[in-house]
This record gives sequence, C-alpha cells and structure tokens, in this order.
Amino acid sequence: MTIDVLIVEDEPSILDSLDFILRRAGWSTQSAQDGEAALKAVREIKPRVVVLDVMLPKKSGFEVLKLLRQDEQTVNLPVLMLTAKGQAQDRRIAEELGANSFVTKPYANSDVVGAVRALIGDQQRVN
Amino acid sequence: MIPTNLIILIALGYVVLLFALAYFSERWAKGEAGKFLRSPLIYTLAISVYCTSWTFYGAVGSAARTGYEIFTIYLGPTLVFVGWWFGLRKLVRVGRTQRITSLADLISSRFGKSSRLAVLVTLIAVIGTTPYIALQLKAITTSLNVMTLGVNVDQPGLNVDDVRLALGVAVAMAIFTILFGTRNVDAKEQHHGVVAAIAFEAIIKLIALLAVGIFVVYGLGDGFSEVFARADAAQINAFEYGGFNSRWVAMIILSAAAIICLPRQFQITVVENSNENHLRTASWAFPLYLFAMSIFTLPIAIVGTAMLPPGSDPDMFVLTLPLNFGQEGLALFAFIGGFSSATSMIIIASIALSIMVSNHIVVPIALRLPGRSDDDEGGGVTDLLLTSRRISICVILGLGFLYFWLTNGSGALALIGLISFAGVAQTLPAIVAALFWRDATAKGAGAGLFIGFVVWAYSMFLPSFEESSISVAQWVQNGPYGIEFLKPQALFGLTGMDPLVHSVFWSLFANTVALVLVSLSTSQSVLERIQSALFVDAFRRMPGIETRFMRTSAATNDLFFVAQRVLGAERAGAVFDSFAREQGRSRTNLEPTPEFIALLEKELAGSIGAASAHVMISQVVSGDNISLQEVMKIADETQQVIEYSQQLEQKSEELRLTAEKLQDANAKLRELDQQKDEFLSQVSHEVRTPMTSIRSFSEILLEPEELDEQDRQRFLSTIHTESLRLTQLLDEILDLSALERGEKVWTNAPVDVVDAMDRAVSVCESLARPKNMQIRRHNVPAQAMVLGHADRLAQVFINLITNAIKYNDEPHPYVEVRFSNHGKRLLIEFQDNGPGIAAKERRRVFEKFARGQRGATSGQTGSGLGLAISSQIIARMKGKIELVKGDGFGACFRVSLPLYEGEV
Repeated sequence: MTIDVLIVEDEPSILDSLDFILRRAGWSTQSAQDGEAALKAVREIKPRVVVLDVMLPKKSGFEVLKLLRQDEQTVNLPVLMLTAKGQAQDRRIAEELGANSFVTKPYANSDVVGAVRALIGDQQRVN
Repeated sequence: MIPTNLIILIALGYVVLLFALAYFSERWAKGEAGKFLRSPLIYTLAISVYCTSWTFYGAVGSAARTGYEIFTIYLGPTLVFVGWWFGLRKLVRVGRTQRITSLADLISSRFGKSSRLAVLVTLIAVIGTTPYIALQLKAITTSLNVMTLGVNVDQPGLNVDDVRLALGVAVAMAIFTILFGTRNVDAKEQHHGVVAAIAFEAIIKLIALLAVGIFVVYGLGDGFSEVFARADAAQINAFEYGGFNSRWVAMIILSAAAIICLPRQFQITVVENSNENHLRTASWAFPLYLFAMSIFTLPIAIVGTAMLPPGSDPDMFVLTLPLNFGQEGLALFAFIGGFSSATSMIIIASIALSIMVSNHIVVPIALRLPGRSDDDEGGGVTDLLLTSRRISICVILGLGFLYFWLTNGSGALALIGLISFAGVAQTLPAIVAALFWRDATAKGAGAGLFIGFVVWAYSMFLPSFEESSISVAQWVQNGPYGIEFLKPQALFGLTGMDPLVHSVFWSLFANTVALVLVSLSTSQSVLERIQSALFVDAFRRMPGIETRFMRTSAATNDLFFVAQRVLGAERAGAVFDSFAREQGRSRTNLEPTPEFIALLEKELAGSIGAASAHVMISQVVSGDNISLQEVMKIADETQQVIEYSQQLEQKSEELRLTAEKLQDANAKLRELDQQKDEFLSQVSHEVRTPMTSIRSFSEILLEPEELDEQDRQRFLSTIHTESLRLTQLLDEILDLSALERGEKVWTNAPVDVVDAMDRAVSVCESLARPKNMQIRRHNVPAQAMVLGHADRLAQVFINLITNAIKYNDEPHPYVEVRFSNHGKRLLIEFQDNGPGIAAKERRRVFEKFARGQRGATSGQTGSGLGLAISSQIIARMKGKIELVKGDGFGACFRVSLPLYEGEV
C-alpha cells in the first residue's frame, strides 16, 4: 500500500499534531524526524506528498529538498515546506529549490490539510 | 688771613659772573657768536669738566701719598681720546643720529627701548655720582676753611660751619643749574649757556693751577730739575709703590671708563656735541689740557712736602703753598680755580642726572598714569618735564650733601672719586656691547648692570661708610655675621688685594660674565634687533630700517597735538613747517609719512627719551595703523598660525584615529546588530515551535469532531507542557539579558558550595528517578566557602545535572559530581556517561540557543539558554565554567571558583 503523506518534523508535539490532522483528513501517513531518515523514507515508501520542516537534525529541510530534486525519481514529488512566518529568506530559498507549496508555522490546521489536498489533487490530475 | 666774608663774597661774585656768562651765551648762541660757542675749542674745554676739584686739589695729595699713580687718572681718558676713531666716534655718531639724551637713554634705546634698563642705569648713575658731588662739596668747604682760618693740618670731622657751608654751596648750585639747565626741555637743543660757562671755568682752573705751579717751581724752587732733585729729601719716591702694578691697571681702566660713563662726561661729549668733527680737535686738545693740568702736580707735591710744616694736608698744597709764602692773591686765584672746578662738575652732573631721572623715571610713570596723557593744555608734558627736572636737581644735590654729611667728609679726595668712577664704570660693558656686539640682549645688559652694580655697592660703596658707622666697620673687618667668605673687601676668599683692585675686578668681571652669558642664552626681540643694527652699524646707511611705523595715516592734528605738548607749540610748529616745506605743502596738509613719524619720534626722544617717545607716538599712530609693536604682534600671530596649523595637523591625525575607532565601533555594532538579528531569529524559532503545537492542538480540540478521551487528554497535556516551555523560555531570555547587561543587583556573599549542591541534587532527583539516573557525589568536603549567590549557584548546578540527565540514553545512566581543590580554587566536575558532545559543537555549547545534538529519544525540551546563563552566573562569582575532556566518554563540565578564606 502506498503512503499518502510523509511527515518530516523533529519536534515531537508538532509531528503529533500533523499526524493527527492528516490522518483525520483521510490520508495515510508516515514520519521521519531528521533529514537523512526523510531521504531514506522517501526512497522506501515513495509517498505521494512530503510535508517537510526546514529546521531538521542531520540534514536540513533545504538539503533534503535539493537532493530530492536532483534525483530523477523524486524530481516531481510534491513537497509542502513548513517555514517560519517572517522568514522570507527561507521561503525564497525553498522556491528556488523547487518546493511546491508553503505553510508557515504556527499554522492553521485547515491550511495544512488544504495544501496537502491540493498537492495530491494536482498529482492525480497529472497522473 | 683773608676774611671769610670777603672770600664768600668773591665766590658769590664768581658765580654771578658765571650767571652772566651763561645768560649772554644763551642769547648769543642764536647769533653770530653762536659759531664760536659751537666751536671745537669750547667743546674741548667743556670736556675738561672731567678735571674737578679732585684733580685740582686731590691730585697733588695723591702724588704726595702715592707718587706717579695719580697720572693713571689722566692716562685712561688720554687713551680714549687719542683712540677716538675706534670708540668715541661711534658713540657720538649714535648719540647724534639717535637723539640720545643721556647714558641711560643710550643703553635703553639700544636694547629695545627698554624702560627697565633706563631706570637701572639711572639709579646706578645717581648712586655712583652721589659720592662725587659730595667730594666737590668737601673740597669747597675744606678750601674755604684753609683760606679763612689758615688751617693746614689734617682735620678729620666736620664742624657746624662746614655743614652749613656745604649746604649753602649745594643750594647755590641747585639754583644755578635750575636756571640754566632747565630753561628748555629739548636736551638735544643743548645748553649753550652752561657749556660756555663750563668752558670759561675750564680756562680759570687751568690758569689758576698753572699760576700756582709756576710760582712753586720757579718762585719757590729753581726749575723742574731742581724741584725733582728735592724729591728724595721730601721723601717722595715717585716709584715707591712699585711703579706699574695691578692698581695702575685698575685705575687706567676706571678712568678710561669714567671719561665715557660719567654722566657729566657723557652729557658734554655726546649730548652737547654739535659737530662730530669736534672730536678730531678734542682728540689732541683734551689730552693736551690734561697734560697742562698735571704738569705741576708732582712738583707742587714735592715742594709742599718739603717746605710746609709736617702734618699739612697734601690735598690743600695748592692753596697752602701760596698762603704760607705770602702770596694771598695767588691763593685766592687758586681758590677760585678750585671753586670753579667743583662747581662745573656739580652743574653738569646734576643736569645730566636730572635729564635721566625725569626722562626715565618721572615721565614714564606720568605717561602711564590714567588721564595724564589727555592733559588739557598743550604745555602739559613740557611743564611736567621741567618740574620733574628741577625737583631731580634738588634731590641729586641733596643726596650729594647727605653723603658728605653721613661720611663726615672723611677720606682723601682721590678715594671718594674712585668710588664714583668704579660705580659708573659698571655701565661700560653695556655701552661697549651696545656699540659693538650685535647679539647682546636687553636681558644680558640688565643682568650685567645689576650684578656689577650690586658687587660694587657691596665691595666699595658700603665700605666707604666704614669711618662713620661702627657696624659697617665690623662688617668690613669680619664679614657679614662673621662670614669671612663674604667680607666686602675680600669676597669669596680673594684676599691680599688692594680694596680698589678687588672691587673693580669682581664687579666688572661679574658684570661682563653675566652680560655675555645671559645674552648668549636669551634672544632679542624684534625691536632690539632693529635697534642693535642701528647702533652697531651706525656708520652704515640703513635706508628704510628707521621706518618704525609700517603704514601710517595718523592724523596730522593728533601728531601735532602730541608734539606740541612735548616740544612746546613753537618748536613743534617749526618741525612740522620744515617737513611740510620738504613735501611742498602747507602745515595743515602735511602728509604724515613713515619718515616724518620716525623723525618726529626722534625729536620727541630728544626731550623725553626714546622709550617714552615711542610710547607716545605709538598711542597716536597705532590707532588704525600698524606700529612696530603691532608688527611684532603680527610676527607673533604668524608664529601662532604656524603652531595652529601644526595643531590642526595633529587634530586631523586625531580625527583620523577617531574615524578609525568609529569604524571599528561601527563594525562591532553591525556585528552586534547581526547577533541581535540572529538572536531574534533564534528566539522567534524557539517561540514558534511551542506556539505551533499549542495552536494546532487547540484547533483540534476546538473542532466539533469527536475525539476519544485518550487523545484529548494527550493533546491537552501537550498544550500544557508547551505553554510551560514557552514561559520558561521567556523567563530565561529575560534572565540572560539582565545578566548580560549586568543590571541585576548582585551582591556576592560567602556561600557554602556543598549546601548549594545538596539543594540542586534534591531538585534533580525527581527528574532523574524516572530514567533510573544515578547522581553520585565524590570527595564532598564538609564545607567549601566561596563568594557568590546561593540560589544562583544552585541554579547552575541544576542546569548542569539536568543537561546530563536529559541527553543521556545509556541503559545505566549516571552523573558523577566530583569535588577537588586546585590551589586556592575549588573545582567541581560533572561527568556523565551520555553521548557526549560532538567535537564541532564543543566550542558553541556556551552560546545562546546552542543545543547539542539530541538523542533519538529526545522529547526533552530546552531553550538552549541554560549554559549561557550558567556561564554568566559563574563569571559573576569570579569563576569559570568549561567543557573539559573527562574520563573519555560522556560529557564533563568543570566549574572552578575561588575559595573564600575570610571570616564567615
């Protein structure tokens, strides 16, 4: 079975909340708590969407995104970046690196669900 | 015997004759006869004012006592006049071109128109001349006594008549001098009447002395050779005193100096000189006159000693010889000769001195007095000058009389004369330097004059009171307060010298040395340099340099007003008219060119001295113009500008340094700013994380969808934990910021570390228990005192132990707390067996928000500020916290604190 969403987040409580709202929206989820684990998980479980935090241990969210875009298999994998509000710099970098969507922390749950839904919808249309 | 009254009458008659002569000469001077009065002959005869009653009477006395020595008194002046081309000519030239009015004026003018020097020289001249005037009074009274009483025995002490007589003579001389010496104020206009009278007196005294001499040699004796043959019999050995010796040298020097420096000689030779070429005549005629005056000196001494009763005063041989041999008429003539030699000296000396006193002491003071210069009438200064001169004459003659009275008229005439010579000779080094040494400075001249004068006064003038004051006599005998070293006549242990030679040597030596040394070590002012050039280069034409005012448009009226007040309306008008004629204009349209102002200043200088004239003219001219003083000021300002620009350079260097510092500060600020941005960014991140959880879970809980109880519970607990984390974070940020600013009131007190550790461990126990974490303590002392803050210290320990607990994932976790001493420091190590701290993170652990790599089970939250805060706290206690290499695994933090050894 395919996993719909891979959540990459190191803060346990945030991870807990993301996991809860996305599951409740009807998707299957998996999580990774650092950059390296995230890359490994993408290769193994091939999620339909990745929700990626910026500040991560071992490899930052930007590094992970960069590597994903370099890999042919994952070059088109929809990625939702969780950035900090007010950190315009982060968002610009993420755009350049090829992030598909952004949600700023602290987020409204509906925004995250909406963004993931849009990305999954797009993907379905592409497919 | 001749009746006293008759003699006094004759003396009075002689004085009246002098009055008449002076009066008519004054009137003739303007007419045809003036040519004769301004002839070299009259000039030369007037110079013979040098031959006073000392020469007339005293020379014979000296010859009787010390043989040939007296001729040194003639030798010095003869050398000066024969060698006139070298020195005297320059002196006269300078005196004429610079309108010099006196000795004091000469020195003052040369050394930058210094009024201080003028005052000093005036004082020296007055004090130096006082004994000389007394000498004349003594000669007159003694000679009168001889004439009337036939007293021919040495008679020390005075009787009342002598004193009254001397006073009478002094008063009469004062009247004569005031009448003919202060008729007009321009000293340069010369006292033709007085000079004529002096010349007449010169003839009288010469003829009188020659007449006595001829009578003695050819009447009493049988020609020169016969008279000299009697020398042995008279026990007069002309060479008894060893002939040429140090005393001779001293006396030649003194007499040579005297012919220049004596105020009366300066007055006649320099001031009254109307034509420089007269010197040419005087150079041979004056020595000839001296020769004539001295030719019979030795014969009279020999004959007098041989033929008069023993004990006769040799000073009076000139009178007593004719008297004793029945030549009363000749004696009377001789008396008149002696009288005229005395009076001529008194008259000229008091004129010369009064000019100095009024020009250099009275006028400068008057000019400085407020309101004085704005006097109502034009004649203000003229009146002031005349009055001050008249009073000066009285004071000077009064001083002479006082000296005569105080010294009881004691001492031989020659000795008194030499005291005066030595006194005024102190001005010689300054005069020579003035004329020949370009680099001599006012300070040098002043120092030389002052020191020379003091030494003279101490070693010569003071001892002259020896016979009239016991204390002075003791002083001279034993030195002041018995200090032999300072004995006036054996200064600095220089004994065995003739008192005269001793004093002359020390005073002139000290004088010259001071002049040279001080001149070499000081520098001239601009005015001094200009005057120096005018004096030293007197024979060179120096066009332009006399222009003392650079740019002038002084109102002619103002100048005329000043001139009128000093010169009187008539003379001022004449000066202005003659210059206006040169310009081809009328007096009212006169252009006050620099040349004219310089000329006018010189004219005024002729009346009131160079220094005062310069002050007066400056007052007028410097209104909107540039005077020399202003030029000097400008020179000073130029110097200031140079200094200023140097200061500016220095300033700009300072500015550059300041700019550099500012740049540094700016860079530091920018770095701080960046640090602040990073800090804010860190803070926002740290705040955002719990906020994100709180918001998200709150939304979940707010939604109407059903939640199972377990989830609900979990979410609420997360919200609660994250709120606490948020609070703790904010608290710590505030705490750290306060610590860093150093604002918190912090007082260190003796604290027991062991106590603080107990508290920390008990707090941490609850955190350690769930993880089975062991907290072990080793080497705990009973007590370890440090200066610090107990709660804060516990806070640090809690932070360190909590960190060790939080990041430890080992199955058997522990943290060891080890105490040890290192010198006077207490060391506490916190060693855990956790994952340790990665090498690349070690350096940053004490920085803000520098959290270590979390273990896999990290659910532990921290602000990342704990170690930063701990580090600050320990620093406040003068301690250090560092990450050390512990026992190989885990992390090891070491806190070191200075042990407190004082009273608790």
